[in-house]
Amino acid sequence: MSSNNKTKPKVAVFKFASCDGCQLSLLDAEDELLAVAGAIDIAYFPEATRTMLKGPYDIGLVEGSITTHHDAERIQQVRRQCTVLVTIGACATAGGIQALRNWADSQEYVRTIYAQPDFIQTLKMSTPIAEHVPVDFELRGCPINKKHLIELISAMLVGRKPNIPTHSLCMKCKRSGNVCITIARGVPCLGPVTQSGCGALCPRFGRGCFGCYGPMESANTAAMTTQLRLLGQSDEEIARAFRSFNAWSWQFRQASEEAERA
Amino acid sequence: MDTTLPSVGSQAVIDFPALSALVSALRRRGYQVIGPTVRDGAITCDAIEKIEDLPIGWGDEQESGRYRLKKRDDSAVFAYTVGPQGWKRYLHPPELPMFEGKRDGEAFQILRNPPSPPQYAFLGVRACELAAIRLQDRVLIGDRYRDPAYQARREGAFLVAVNCTQAGGTCFCVSMGTGPRVGAGFDLALTELLGAGQHSFVVEVGSKTGAAVLAEVEHRKARKEDVKAAVAAVDAAASQMGRSVDAKEVRDLLFDNFDHPRWDRVAARCLSCANCTLVCPTCFCTTVEDITDITGEHAERWRKWDSCFTDGFSYIHGGSIRLSVKSRYRQWLTHKFAAWVDQFGAHGCVGCGRCITWCPGRIDVTEEIREIRGVASPA
Ligand code: SF4
Ligand code: SF4
Ligand code: SF4
Ligand code: SF4
Repeated sequence: MSSNNKTKPKVAVFKFASCDGCQLSLLDAEDELLAVAGAIDIAYFPEATRTMLKGPYDIGLVEGSITTHHDAERIQQVRRQCTVLVTIGACATAGGIQALRNWADSQEYVRTIYAQPDFIQTLKMSTPIAEHVPVDFELRGCPINKKHLIELISAMLVGRKPNIPTHSLCMKCKRSGNVCITIARGVPCLGPVTQSGCGALCPRFGRGCFGCYGPMESANTAAMTTQLRLLGQSDEEIARAFRSFNAWSWQFRQASEEAERA
Repeated sequence: MDTTLPSVGSQAVIDFPALSALVSALRRRGYQVIGPTVRDGAITCDAIEKIEDLPIGWGDEQESGRYRLKKRDDSAVFAYTVGPQGWKRYLHPPELPMFEGKRDGEAFQILRNPPSPPQYAFLGVRACELAAIRLQDRVLIGDRYRDPAYQARREGAFLVAVNCTQAGGTCFCVSMGTGPRVGAGFDLALTELLGAGQHSFVVEVGSKTGAAVLAEVEHRKARKEDVKAAVAAVDAAASQMGRSVDAKEVRDLLFDNFDHPRWDRVAARCLSCANCTLVCPTCFCTTVEDITDITGEHAERWRKWDSCFTDGFSYIHGGSIRLSVKSRYRQWLTHKFAAWVDQFGAHGCVGCGRCITWCPGRIDVTEEIREIRGVASPA
């Protein structure tokens, strides 16, 4: 996939259950947008363009989680059409905030909210794409960092490894020279178990990390729970802290369930 | 005012207001002065323009996993102990562009080498930190292959050391033989004297440049009683160590205890977050990242702080060789206190206590060593 090739890679963007925030970061890449358009051929991007070129595609970017029978079938077709499949954002990589339904009775929601619940067909669970088809790369974040998306595409174009960190957020926090808010002010922060990616945005402004980029490569959530307890958090608060955008990632899921049982 | 140049090794006394003249003298010489200042709930090392930027009347309390700023009831400038990060950020920057290149047919062109770094003057380098700088000198520029980025920053740097007159809750420089009295390698060394209506600093001259800078600051020769008072103040700090470690034969102890059950217990508490390594003033490891832009025409090479607590650190063809947190913690402690001795002729720990204070898992190296020795922790 060298950039010197005359044929530009065909890229398609698919949406499942999600808010659109991640795929739109492709359009939000202002400075690079022209260069992106010059380097890749956006063949299918229903949220942004009218062009709908038929597959197969070289790269498929998939946003959103699987929440309906229809989507569970559609993702199989998408996979068949894409040489490389990349999932983008917490919905696609972990099931998203909508995975909170996995601990509840979604049918009851349907009955409460919709006038004619019979027309609503939904799965019991919201699940990440990788639970349905093989995925080549997962780009984390709620929302993703647009610089990561450009970096990933740039790396794929020249066939090199993308520089997307999987270590703790603390690494970035320390490199940035922030004073640790947990140590200096006793503020609970999920940084030690969360993957780097946002540039340590929240700690920089005195807020504890919410875990937007999901569990880091070797997340020790049990040790994190101990630390949160020492900072005075209740089991309920701890369960809630792990149960946000990446609640259904197995590490955070396990941690929230353990805190709930405690 | 004495107009002859003070000699190296001599001691003088400056009064508190003269600290301002010292900062000005350094700035006049073109140094960017970096020193202690209160920021975001801690005393950090940042740019200093005037003495009001210094943490006058501030102290701190440190324990494992806990740091708190504390207002003092005096106007001491240096009565705090080491903060979240030291001078390493300046001498060995956390993220450093190495070069930028452009495709040129089948070859490539180097577009720009990074601009030369500022000349730094560090104000308030503690004994443990001076020892750490000497260790980084040994590692980064003390051998056949030298790190030009470190060298450029280090060689022009002016060091104003400060003898500690107050030790912190996680300090153990006495155990490591690095403090609290500063050793060699400074340009000027200050000892703060406060009380009985006086606020002054005994200044020891450590280099010719130090002497020339002191000559521009109002000072007088130190009397016997000044020197005595300074010695007593530093002795007081030595008796206040919040931590201690039995460094005797610690190298053999760790090498002999590769399978100690304590490694499993510490691994259960360790978050593998890497905070300890990044705050450590002697840890030097970096990784290199090459990036290309979307056109594939431009490339950049960056060097970034790395840590033995990441997956990527021990990645070799086929995978990471240190996947368990246990193997990582063992690597860190054993490298610091054992393998360094073979590699660089000294322990890699100077006893500054940062890794204890800034560990969110409240892990304490001194406690781990004690446990491996089989000595019960003091209650
Ligand atoms: S503030 Fe949070 S992310 Fe930053 S070092 Fe502390 S625990 Fe880690
Ligand atoms: S020892 Fe502490 S600071 Fe170091 S990686 Fe483990 S938890 Fe993080
Ligand atoms: S190992 Fe800990 S106490 Fe020793 S020099 Fe490093 S940060 Fe300081
Ligand atoms: S370890 Fe020693 S030299 Fe370092 S701050 Fe503490 S008392 Fe001072």
